[in-house]
Parts: sequence; structure tokens; C-alpha cells
Amino acid sequence: MKTIEVLGPGCNNCARLEKNAREAVAMAGVEAEVVHVTDPREIVAHGIMSTPGLVIDGKVVSYGRVPSAGDIAVWLSEPATP
Amino acid sequence: MTTLAVRRTGFPFWLGVGAAVVAWLVAWFIAAPLALWVAFELLPLEAGTPLGEAVAFFLYDVPKVLLLMFGIITVVTLVRGFFPPEKVRGALAGRGEAVGTVAAASFGIVTPFCSCSAVPLFIGFVEAGVPLGVTFAFLISSPMVNEVALVLLWGLFGPAIALIYMAAGLSVAILGGLVIGRLHMERYVEDYVWQLRGPGTGASFEMKLTWEDRVRDSWSYTKDLVRRILPYILVGIGIGAFIHGFIPTDLVMAVAGPGNPLAVPIVVLLGVPLYSNAAGTIPIVQALLGKGMAVGTTLAFMMAVTAISLPELIILKKVMKPRLLAVFVAIVTSGILFVGYLFNFLIYT
Repeated sequence: MKTIEVLGPGCNNCARLEKNAREAVAMAGVEAEVVHVTDPREIVAHGIMSTPGLVIDGKVVSYGRVPSAGDIAVWLSEPATP
Repeated sequence: MTTLAVRRTGFPFWLGVGAAVVAWLVAWFIAAPLALWVAFELLPLEAGTPLGEAVAFFLYDVPKVLLLMFGIITVVTLVRGFFPPEKVRGALAGRGEAVGTVAAASFGIVTPFCSCSAVPLFIGFVEAGVPLGVTFAFLISSPMVNEVALVLLWGLFGPAIALIYMAAGLSVAILGGLVIGRLHMERYVEDYVWQLRGPGTGASFEMKLTWEDRVRDSWSYTKDLVRRILPYILVGIGIGAFIHGFIPTDLVMAVAGPGNPLAVPIVVLLGVPLYSNAAGTIPIVQALLGKGMAVGTTLAFMMAVTAISLPELIILKKVMKPRLLAVFVAIVTSGILFVGYLFNFLIYT
């Protein structure tokens, strides 16, 4: 099962990203859990400074913007890169 | 590294963009005549009367401000997308204090910075070895030299005023950063920040975005932003319209004109605790300038409202001890006061 983390202190954009992420999970039909990370220390530990950030299975795929559910679904459907 | 590979429609997309630009231009040029027509022909109002002038101002300003916001925020967001803080951090990390401070303040203008990013940003900079003063220069200039304000100023008052505002904001940021750097307040940053283990400089990957991605992102961000600040804008325009129609010029000149030496502290004291998006202050500023408020005083008011906001302070409190936060507020406020007086002096004597 994939782990999707939405990194951000909970402002408007982070909420939108979380919503898009959940939609994307449904669209892609994969098994995934969506976690919203608000602790700044954890956010920075990923090397991100502009929130919201999106992490899939530990890899940062986006930061500073809110990708659409469609885009996230594509990322979810891609095979894991080594 | 992943790349986006969806729904890049190509030509139809760019055709839509072209149509939007044309629509914008048309709306821009008919706004004023249309407002006057509605106020004085359609509605039973008369030019020169307080109510008539106030309503005309409101009807003219709402579409103008909305058009400016949509047009400008989209373009500026597009440009800013090329300067994410992650990239900027790398450029700022190794620099000496003076150069770094100036660079940071300048980057602050072009870097997108949402208040909610304040903490990760601060931590990220400090961790990467960016000196504290330099980090603060960035923190000060970024929200204050707000692209929305700059472009609205340009659109409504011309390039001179906009550039002056930018220069003023930069000065406050650079001086503030240098002073805080000199004070060596590193011990007033919350301890955990120094202990964090992060990937460090240059570890962030770079996202590959196509032009279409960027335009779509910018437009989506703009729509969301305008929707969120619309209440502030409408209230601001309402207040501006009221001032324009009902407040006599003599009153404004007496309280905030070039002749009153206390004007600057008054507006700064009003502005610091206020939280409004910069866009909301522009119509008020527009009306006040029209009534004779001194330019330096006006700039000071705008900066006071935008440079420090309560939500941002609450967020920053997580990484700064109260004393550092207080120093930050004190320095920025002093800087704004200084700039207000300076510009009044330069322009009116």
C-alpha cells in the first residue's frame, strides 16, 4: 500500500492538496493512505520550504504548488522508480 | 524523477489564453466610461454630489481592481514560479553578510511566499547556514514588497510610485536584516531549529514543469487568491469610495497631509495591527492620496499593514523566542517610520 503525505501547516492550499490527493487515490484505484503532516520539523526534514508539499512513498514529488487530482493520479499509477 | 505527462492539450489551450487576454483588454478600457454611465445615466445620481461621487468611485474601482488582480497576479505568479525558495536558499547559503542581505532582500521580492510557509522557510534557511540577518531580510521583504501591491500601484498611479514603494520596502528589509544580524540574536531562535537534521542545501530536486503547467498553476492560484481576498477588496473599495465622496480634503490634509509631522506615526500605529491583504489597502490609499495625503505617509501605511500580520507572527512564534519576535517587529516598524519620513522629506522639501 502506498503512503501519501501532504506536508503543510493546514492552510487553504494544504487542504486543497489533501482533497486532490484523496480524489486521486479514488481515480487511480490504488490502495493508499493519505496523511497530513503539519509539524514544521518533519516538513523541513524532507527538504521542503514552500508548502504544500506532496510525498509519495517517501519521495518528494511536488512542492510549492497544488497539483490537480488528475496529475496525482498519474503519479500514483507510475511504477515505482529504483 | 517523475515528470507530468497528462492532458497537455497544446493549441486549444493557447487559443484560450489569447482569448482571455483580449477579453481583459476590452474590459479594462470600457470600465471607466461604463461606471460613469451607470452612475449618472442609469441611476438618478449627479456628478459632484457626495453620494454620486462615492458610487461612481465604487463602480469604477471594483472592475479595475479585479482586472488588475486577475491579470497581474497570474503573470507575477508565473514569473515567481521560476524562483522557488528552495533554489534561492542554495544561492544565499555561502555569502558574506552584506552581499547576502542585499541578495536576500531582492530575492524576497520575486519569491513566492505564503505565510504558512514562514516556518519551514525560516528553518530551511537557518539550517542551510544562511546567516540570521540575511534570513530576516528575506522574511521582511517578501510579504511587504508584495507583488499585488506593486502592480496595483503601477496600474493605478504609474511606475514612479510603484518603484518608490519597492525601493522603500527593500531599504527596510536590508537595514532590518543588517541590524538583526549585528545584534547576534541566534540564541533567541528556538533551540530545536539548530538541532534539526535536514538534507541540507542542494538536496531538493527540481520539478520539471511545462509552460502549460505553469500557466494553469498560476491561473488556478490566482482564482483561489482573488476569491479569498475579495471581501477585503470590496471593503477596501467601499471605504475608499466613502472617503472619496464624503470626507473633505481639508480634513485629510490636516491629519495626514504633508503639513502634519505626526502623520507618519499615526498611520503606522494604525497599520501594524491591521491585517488586510495589500490589495484591500490600495483603494483606500487611492482615495487618500486623492485627498492630499502625503506620499511618504501613504507608503508607510501600506507597508505597516502588509509587512507584519498577526497570523504570520503567530506562525513565526514557533521558531522564535518572544524577544526575537519583538525585536523583529520593532525593527520593521522603525524602518517603516523612517522610510515614511524620508520620502515625505524628499518629496515635499
